[in-house]
Amino acid sequence: MATSSTPALLDIAEVSKSFGQVAVLRSVSLQVAKGEVVTIIGPSGSGKTTLLRCVNFLESYDGGSIRIDGKEVGYRDAGTRQRRSERDLAAMRAETGMVFQSFNLFPHLTAAGNIMLGLTKVRGKSSAEARAIAEHWLGRVGLAHKADSLPAELSGGQQQRVGIARAVAMEPKILLLDEITSALDPELVGEVLAVVRSLAEDGMTMVMVTHEMAFARDASTRIVFMADGGVSAVGPPKEVLAAETTNERLRTFLARFRASHF
Amino acid sequence: MGYTLNFNLIWRHFDKLWGGLLLSLELAVISIAIGIVIGLVLAVWYVSAGRVVRAIIAAYVEFIRNVPLILLVYLVFYGVPTVIDLAYSAPTSFVVTLSVYSGAYLVEVFRSGLEAVPRGQLDAGKAIGLTPWQRLIHVRLPTMMRITLPALSNTFISLFKDTSIASVISVPELTYGAQWINFNTFRIVEVYLVTTAMYLVTGYALLFALRLVERRFRAAR
Repeated sequence: MATSSTPALLDIAEVSKSFGQVAVLRSVSLQVAKGEVVTIIGPSGSGKTTLLRCVNFLESYDGGSIRIDGKEVGYRDAGTRQRRSERDLAAMRAETGMVFQSFNLFPHLTAAGNIMLGLTKVRGKSSAEARAIAEHWLGRVGLAHKADSLPAELSGGQQQRVGIARAVAMEPKILLLDEITSALDPELVGEVLAVVRSLAEDGMTMVMVTHEMAFARDASTRIVFMADGGVSAVGPPKEVLAAETTNERLRTFLARFRASHF
Repeated sequence: MGYTLNFNLIWRHFDKLWGGLLLSLELAVISIAIGIVIGLVLAVWYVSAGRVVRAIIAAYVEFIRNVPLILLVYLVFYGVPTVIDLAYSAPTSFVVTLSVYSGAYLVEVFRSGLEAVPRGQLDAGKAIGLTPWQRLIHVRLPTMMRITLPALSNTFISLFKDTSIASVISVPELTYGAQWINFNTFRIVEVYLVTTAMYLVTGYALLFALRLVERRFRAAR
């Protein structure tokens, strides 16, 4: 990957974070170029989800810097550690989309309503415009007929597809996917991954945390292996997932993974 | 056992009871409406406030919950105008009292409701770029309302019954009407039988209606 030639869309530089005494991120650095699909894998507790949540500042971080399009996330300019105003944070978060493990749809709004909320309140679109955009994206995720259904009336896979539509309808610069298939029944995983794959083909920049190794191998431009709060290995899928890797931790992880999943 | 029931005198003065019932409902509705505003504002303030504000709100809630309503009614109707030069009618005084009273209970109801909104929903609100205020209005409050609706109905039914205490400051609500008929006709058994039936039927009707509303909302969850 010739990421050095193009300026990184997402630039994570030496980010560290602790929960009390426990260091969850230790000087993590990672650059993601526009159009890349980067998958983060690793054992639980390795800091994958925390890192993802730092990118849209759902979690604060203690040291280092995270920049999207050159703009510091969360803090006013690197070094000052001065938290941005809530208004600024909201505006910055609107530039990243996030899809959650537990879907987190707004239960009182229909599928279309979930998508329209950000469009009308954050993007300032009229309801008619927002509705049209919502319908477009619901169509893209195969749920055009469910526009007026409430989340409770949808299956897990359908809810997650609405979750994806809600995120991408905002036209984010980057899409963050946090174990989006982990809460789904196995037979529903495929329909969600198919949507992610089609977004990747459209050139959407994505960073995802997943346990779907086969999907990670096929859909990612690069894979990041995290262990103990740090980046332990990074590279193209074939390299990182190679059985003969010399990285001890990675080899153990992959061996354990293969033993339990295949 | 020389007492024979005779309802004729009750029916003759039934307008006192009917008018009283309507006033009771009016007092309860106005009080809960104001109480909801007090409860919501303080609950939202509480969950985002520092220690001092929290302590003040908690003190208000504890004070109201540990003092009998009838004392509060006396305090507001007789006490306050004595201390400060302010004149108000008995119904106004009672509405103020009952609003402040229900507000204290509703702070607790709404506060626990706000805290019960799943964190993930708030994260989702943040992730699409909603400001804290927008998250409150469009994400937190709607979910909280669904969670708290049953407790809100119960509070309303209890407030409706509590309006009977207004009789001690001569507000002509249902219990006062019953007392009036009793003093003027001496048909104590009949009048309280009818009055009890009126409280019961109205209370049940309200409960039934509110449960219907709740079910609609639950279906929408």
